[in-house]
Amino acid sequence: MGFNSIVCVKQVPDTANVTSDAMTPEGTVNRSALPTIFNPEDLHALETALEIRDRFGGTVTVVTMGPPKAADVLRACLYRGADRAILLTDRRAAASDTLATSYILSQAVRTIGNYDFVLCGRQAIDGDTAQTGPQIAEKLEIPQVTYLEEVVDVKDGAAKTARIRRNIGNGFEIVEVQLPALLTVIETANAPRPFAAKKVMRNKHAAVPAEVTPEKAEELKAKGLLLEQWTLDDINADLNRCGLAGSPTKVFRVESIVLTKEGFTAVEPTEEGITGLIQELISERTL
Amino acid sequence: MGKPNRQGEVWVYAEQQDGILADVSLELCGKARELADRLGVKVGAVLPGSELGDMPKQLIAQGVDNVYVVDAPCLKYFTSSPYAKTVCTLIAKYEPQIMLFGATPLGRDLAPRIASETRSGLTADCTELDISDVTDNRTKEVHKNLLLQIRPAFGGNIVATIVNYDSWPQMATVREGVMSMQPADANRTGNVISETIEGLDPLAELVQVIERHVEERKVNLKAARIIVAGGGGVGSKENFEQLRELAAALGGVVGASRAAVDSGFIGKEYQIGQTGTTVRPALYIAVGISGAIQHCAGMQDSAKIIAINTDPQAPIFSVAHYGIVGDLNKVVPMLTKAVKNRRRED
Repeated sequence: MGFNSIVCVKQVPDTANVTSDAMTPEGTVNRSALPTIFNPEDLHALETALEIRDRFGGTVTVVTMGPPKAADVLRACLYRGADRAILLTDRRAAASDTLATSYILSQAVRTIGNYDFVLCGRQAIDGDTAQTGPQIAEKLEIPQVTYLEEVVDVKDGAAKTARIRRNIGNGFEIVEVQLPALLTVIETANAPRPFAAKKVMRNKHAAVPAEVTPEKAEELKAKGLLLEQWTLDDINADLNRCGLAGSPTKVFRVESIVLTKEGFTAVEPTEEGITGLIQELISERTL
Repeated sequence: MGKPNRQGEVWVYAEQQDGILADVSLELCGKARELADRLGVKVGAVLPGSELGDMPKQLIAQGVDNVYVVDAPCLKYFTSSPYAKTVCTLIAKYEPQIMLFGATPLGRDLAPRIASETRSGLTADCTELDISDVTDNRTKEVHKNLLLQIRPAFGGNIVATIVNYDSWPQMATVREGVMSMQPADANRTGNVISETIEGLDPLAELVQVIERHVEERKVNLKAARIIVAGGGGVGSKENFEQLRELAAALGGVVGASRAAVDSGFIGKEYQIGQTGTTVRPALYIAVGISGAIQHCAGMQDSAKIIAINTDPQAPIFSVAHYGIVGDLNKVVPMLTKAVKNRRRED
């Protein structure tokens, strides 16, 4: 009984605080130089999964791909009530585009197995592409429902289904989807819950092996606080489909754009200045 | 994964819903025409749906040579899998070299599914597309006539040019309004090619549309002649009222930057910029907008731009024709008053 969800989450650079120094000369991202946050829409995907579990039973597993530091977002998921958290970290996965990333995540989802829902935020703020979710669905050969606003209802039993309300830009649609299915969630879907104090107390020292010494890892393991850490080998990934080799899109050039400064007419913030401006706009027929 | 086919056509995904072709698809036909002429190939449009009326004619009038029509009852409403299957089947059959999609909610659902199935590259939200020879930085190999897919990245802090050497078709999505619509030529001729896709079975579909509610567009930024747009510097929902008053006095509409939308001053449908609407009004008044690339990409082609900001160093001044350094709470009411006085003199 119940519905098992796997949520793909991402730690992203806080794009509100990025400078051009954040890029390497090769045009890839110098992630270590950037402040990081939990990708905002992924929080809504997590909340959707937690709500499904609260309403209908089941489990919530979160998986993230990134450097060891990305375990921060896994802890943030545990603090909110996720049951299981997995870090997929492997240098050979670096520089993956959305196609390679979706392949790797689909292999992770297959390895976790036994799922009804795969949930993703609609898009991540570092790329705003909204591509990885649908691409994971295609790789898993399951249907996708994008722009989820609400899980209206589910049917349990031999043939599980879900009714989903989705945003279509100029309105909404209710669709019925057979499970398993992949859902991408938008920010208007819900309000992510805050950390639960007890769960913070229980998990604040949780860590992946790459974050601690081997001795510390043993100690954490004994307490059930050692988080799972997987490599591409653990998910049987074809290395030709990962990282740069598996990425058909190549960054050819990166420019920090300096807007062409042609000069502008300065207008004084006074009644005379502004009346003059309006007169000028009238005489040249803009107004 | 498709190999490069240099004789392949330049394709546009012709998006239609509820009997109407999306503007962005018609805009892309003009861009596809330009790219195809540079490459010396034809323009194709893929049009899946049901009861498609004179849509093939409209596409031909916008510059398409070959319209591939797939008319089937089970394609009446868009769902990802049968639409993706339809387009992938035609890609395998005709091997286009380029395929463009509108970055609409539908396009952003469909295009990645197709890119995944064909294992080709896909670049989202391009603001420019061009053709050029490209030298691979690593191998020094020269690739002839690639599609340059140009887009702001990292919240608009940089502009990246993306290419796809050998996993074709080269695919990109483009937001509505980014490419300008070319005038329709009703006398243009082209071919309408009817295609049947094997194995489209409505009963086997895993997603069914149960209900559909389409609302009239409340905000039409694209059609506005005058836009008064506010940014994070506006400071509050209440202060936005002053912008509304100015817009009303000018007979224009209000818009906003992402910062203003993210701060909750105004709804997302008002957002102008790379991830919002792209506009080219006769007059654009930017109030308290710093001018991130992301925003400028969506408004810099406006005929006249007035920037109002307290910070004289704000990048918005670099795209402005007129700049007013000052407090918007003083400047905006003064503008409103000057505009109203002007009206009385008429």
